[in-house]
Amino acid sequence: MVDNFLLLVQNPNFALDVVLNGLLAGAIFALAAYGMSLVWGVLNIVNIVQGELVVLGGYIAYAALSHGVPAYAALPVSALAMFAIGWGLYYTVIFRVVDKDLFISILATFGLSIVIQQLTNTIFGSDVRSFDTGLGSFYMLDGAVTVAWIKVIAFVLAMVSGGVLWLFLRHARLGQAIRATAQNPRAAHILGINTDRVYAMTYGLNGALCGAAGSLAVMAWTIHPYIGLPYTVRSFMIVVVAGLGNVGGVVVAGLSLGALENVAGFVLGAEYQIAFVFTLMVLILVWRNWRAARRRTYLS
Amino acid sequence: MTLLLDVRDVTKRYGGVVANDAVSLQVREGEIAGLIGPNGSGKTTLFGAITGAYPVDGGDVIFNGASISHLRVGPIVRQGLARTYQQTRIYGEMTCMENMQISSRASQGNVMSLLRLKARGAQTRAEDLLSFVGLHEKRFEYGGRLSFGQQKLLEFAMALMSEPKLLLLDEPTAGINPTLINGLIDRLQRANKELGVTLLVIEHNMRVIMNLAEHITCLAHGRVLASGTPDEVRNDPRVLDAYLGAQ
Amino acid sequence: MIDPVLDRLRKTPEWLVLVVLGLVSLAAPFIMPGLVTQLAFLWLMVVFAQTWDVLGGQLGYNSFGNVIFFGIGCYATAVMQRDSGLPYFDALTLGLLLSALLALVAALVFGAALLGIRGHYFAIATLGLGIAAGELAAGWDYIGAGSGMSLPLFPGELGSRELFFYFVMLAIAAVCFLTLRWLYGTRFGLAMNAIRDDEDKAEAMGLHTTAIKTVAWAISAVFLGLAGGVAGNMLGFIDPRDVAFSGATFGVWMVLMAILGGKGTLWGPVIGAIVFHITKELFWTYLLGWQRVALGVLIVLIVLFFPQGIMGWLADRRRARAGGAA
Ligand SMILES: Nc1ncnc2c1ncn2[C@@H]1O[C@H](COP(=O)(O)OP(=O)(O)O)[C@@H](O)[C@H]1O
Ligand SMILES: [Mg+2]
Repeated sequence: MVDNFLLLVQNPNFALDVVLNGLLAGAIFALAAYGMSLVWGVLNIVNIVQGELVVLGGYIAYAALSHGVPAYAALPVSALAMFAIGWGLYYTVIFRVVDKDLFISILATFGLSIVIQQLTNTIFGSDVRSFDTGLGSFYMLDGAVTVAWIKVIAFVLAMVSGGVLWLFLRHARLGQAIRATAQNPRAAHILGINTDRVYAMTYGLNGALCGAAGSLAVMAWTIHPYIGLPYTVRSFMIVVVAGLGNVGGVVVAGLSLGALENVAGFVLGAEYQIAFVFTLMVLILVWRNWRAARRRTYLS
Repeated sequence: MTLLLDVRDVTKRYGGVVANDAVSLQVREGEIAGLIGPNGSGKTTLFGAITGAYPVDGGDVIFNGASISHLRVGPIVRQGLARTYQQTRIYGEMTCMENMQISSRASQGNVMSLLRLKARGAQTRAEDLLSFVGLHEKRFEYGGRLSFGQQKLLEFAMALMSEPKLLLLDEPTAGINPTLINGLIDRLQRANKELGVTLLVIEHNMRVIMNLAEHITCLAHGRVLASGTPDEVRNDPRVLDAYLGAQ
Repeated sequence: MIDPVLDRLRKTPEWLVLVVLGLVSLAAPFIMPGLVTQLAFLWLMVVFAQTWDVLGGQLGYNSFGNVIFFGIGCYATAVMQRDSGLPYFDALTLGLLLSALLALVAALVFGAALLGIRGHYFAIATLGLGIAAGELAAGWDYIGAGSGMSLPLFPGELGSRELFFYFVMLAIAAVCFLTLRWLYGTRFGLAMNAIRDDEDKAEAMGLHTTAIKTVAWAISAVFLGLAGGVAGNMLGFIDPRDVAFSGATFGVWMVLMAILGGKGTLWGPVIGAIVFHITKELFWTYLLGWQRVALGVLIVLIVLFFPQGIMGWLADRRRARAGGAA
């Protein structure tokens, strides 16, 4: 462990490699986190099934790619399919927990996450999947830093997807309805906004974001049925650190987490990377609470 | 009479808003003191500052001869300085009796003492105080099922159950059926005389506070505008201005 | 049809119910010798649901991480049995003591760190804690890392092992029940409910909220630690993610059973555990390959359509009948 750390410190080029690859992965975390903050802000639900939606999106993209869909179409296909799935989940389960106690929505979406996790496991098998786009890599600093092209493309596409949704929320009529509902559902309702439809759209859009994130993950990295919860926890952590509704903060926190996680995975050993993610989240919550308690205020 | 509470130049800001600006007021042992002022003048904020809900940005609070402005809610209330809330807070999924039993002075003890005490302890005192506020018939009703006015009475009874030296009441008559207000004033006076609890009362209703309090402090825009006997305050032109200007 | 039975049950004095239940539990392994292990697991489920409800139901702190105390218990006993070199029963006894002690210490430490966190942040923090523990255990060589730990062979004749652990688990469940029954009857029980209903108010009324929360968590941790030590021996093998710190099975079942039976009541979790375990044992085998899907669906259905639980449903029903009669 100490050796690995020294290795990083003594080889700046190598450290750059680890950090850079982490940053690129962070874009996908940020994308999933953006979706979570949207659902949290508008529906007031902490969506524990978030990570499973990412994984499911990844499998849909993988299935499409293996059936001959070209790589550039994988993201839109997965996003569209996941929009539909998100929409469907809203009208079967989520709409029942919108006004309920937060614990109810956490448990319900937790239950959903188990269902989706097991279904993907049954349908797609428990193997680790990755789709090779055959784009190759490029090298910097005499080969000390290796970056796969697909990771760079995934980074750009993640930013673009998030940006498109952000513009949509700012400028489209529906986007404005969503933001109005987030601010004050009752007032929005009185103004003639169909809040139920807004919620369904929001949840669907979140599905689409997860679909996009998943399709990029399966092309640039790997997926398997049991990595959903880590994605959920990463999203949660990013939103908590950034603050609700802070898109810039989500990007910064997401990229930082990606870099930090990659470094930790290298220093501690890859088998501890998941432990690191979960421990970090606990520490962030403890620290946040400790800071608030010193000011005698409570966070709820 | 000795001073029980001495608030010295307390300042409390919310971001840019100065909710309390160097507020001073005194409460003497055994009296009923009043705190008035238009909506948003900082009365509730001052209660929070006194009882330790948040740190103050300046000034000091002396209770019973010792400074308490660095203490938190728990230690302060255990010294005998209790409050009620404008928005009433009771335990909704516990019966009135349970609300009372867990509010007793003994319940403020450490965990070991709580483990030794039966949940059904202090029965008679709880029942007496519930009768005192007129809630005896409701004693097995859940707190959350009471009307707003009844919850206010329950919260008052709970505060008395903890045997405070000084009790801060935040708008005790708000939301109470007007025909019952005289009864409530009578109970506040009896709590003061018979149970020996010193009271500091925030009150909106001028008629009520003029009859009740021996000393009144008037706040406006976070500052003390006037203080003195009911007559002095009533006839102070600045107080009239503040109230007329606000309405 | 059900109401007369319920009325009858409600009028039965509690001591009679307890005596009958106790006798049935003592006789059960001899009446149903083929089911001893399943019955022992029933008592484990009862411990799970009851201890979860201390925080979840009585204190209003919904924990997804209580399984951590169970996992600590599993490993502590196993390590003592492996390394102490003592005769079987001495090592087991000392191991269980160590399990209880370590679980207690863990609850005090985690309690100090986490019990100030409120609402869904607490739920998610504890979820993270449980999973982090499993991942860390899976990487720690001293306790067998990812390949887990095997427990020593029971030194008795065939079938005596099941019977022995049945009675140990029964004893833990019974002592746990009686402890909580006593606890809820003290002023401490009321204080927990006060914190559940309005923690800021409870603090403003002078209750020592932090100490109360921590002690409550420590009490559930002790029983979970003991149960873990015994459960590891019942299974004969401890896997870090699938047994000791299994958030996806035990960790979720705890919550589900307590809600199913009725949060915040003494009997609710017991009833919920019995109903859940029997249902599970009866139908699980038919759901081969779909068991976890079924579990997820069950969570969603219970949370959406039956959040008040069996005890809550009974109370509603009685209230409705009283209203109808009046
Ligand atoms: N938690 C808070 N955050 C920000 N501003 C607050 C908060 N509480 C009160 N204020 C502001 O402080 C001022 C005083 O409020 P308050 O003490 O409630 O007045 P009163 O009780 O006299 O009606 C008001 O301007 C109010 O808007
Ligand atoms: Mg006020």
